[in-house]
Amino acid sequence: MKKQNNFIKIIFIVFYFIFIIVSFIIDFQPGKQIGLNFKTFTIEMLKILPCAFILIGLFEVWVKKEKVEKHLGKDSGMMSYFWVILLAGTTVGGLYVAFPVAYTLFKKGAKLSVIFTYVGAAGICRIPMTIFEASFMGIKFTIIRLIVSIPLVIFSSILLGNYLEKKKYNLPLKSNL
Amino acid sequence: MFYYLLSITIVALIISFIFDKKKTIKAIQVSYKKFTNILPAFLIMLILVSIALFLVPDEVIMHYLGSKNNFFSVTLASIFGSITLMPGFIAYPLCGILLKKGVSYMALAAFTTTLMMVGVLSYPVEKEYFGAKVTIIRNLISFIISIIVAVTIGFFFGELI
Repeated sequence: MKKQNNFIKIIFIVFYFIFIIVSFIIDFQPGKQIGLNFKTFTIEMLKILPCAFILIGLFEVWVKKEKVEKHLGKDSGMMSYFWVILLAGTTVGGLYVAFPVAYTLFKKGAKLSVIFTYVGAAGICRIPMTIFEASFMGIKFTIIRLIVSIPLVIFSSILLGNYLEKKKYNLPLKSNL
Repeated sequence: MFYYLLSITIVALIISFIFDKKKTIKAIQVSYKKFTNILPAFLIMLILVSIALFLVPDEVIMHYLGSKNNFFSVTLASIFGSITLMPGFIAYPLCGILLKKGVSYMALAAFTTTLMMVGVLSYPVEKEYFGAKVTIIRNLISFIISIIVAVTIGFFFGELI
């Protein structure tokens, strides 16, 4: 099943690139536009991902599991949410950076509700983005958005985390991710 | 922002290297392995994004968000926000323009919040880490939160009534 899935993915990727290349050769506008979109976003991500993954690697090697467990694990209190929101505030990029970070935290012993809070907060309160937002949308907009969304993110993460823990659900534990 | 991240990474690497050479090399190996293992999922995501942005360009978003019907504009805004993926430095200037064109704060809140929290196109990546079930639940919850945020914004900016 997994193998067949990979096969479909490879076919899809190969077909996509053939389509883009042919579009450029025969000057097919929509295909060229899609190709340019791909280029823009790939460059955007390549600016962020290698650095993000190196930082994740350093974190994995240097930070002890007991430390993460103590502050973000099952027996940590409300402060754990504060810490991850702070961490989320300094995250760059977007959700796609937050996922590997959250996963690493989880493997180091952080509880589920804490990592969901992290992912949510990485979406809504990254500091550089928030400043940017306030300058375009006005400070009132930003403040209302933060006041409403942060508690909702924490609350829903606790609900989801507890629900999954009760069901003994575990994230797919892969050593190579 | 790129230079800020790059300089932090370089400084962290240097400090790590001074303290422990072996650990630093190990860290780089770990990063490399993690990065290359998730790369295929990222490639799929980038392909989907490039197609989605072609199908739903900025002009289309501008056109539909301007609707006078709150329900209609918020619904469409949150759908656009969920399926597109846009860095903040593109999204907010766009929202600034839309605001001047008369689009409601409420629709823009729905658009930006779903943009930042809900990722339909990043599903291939998220699924690798969280599994399909959690990914779907998390995105649904985030979508609901975005709607609540939008309605509250609409209330405080007097757009609801």
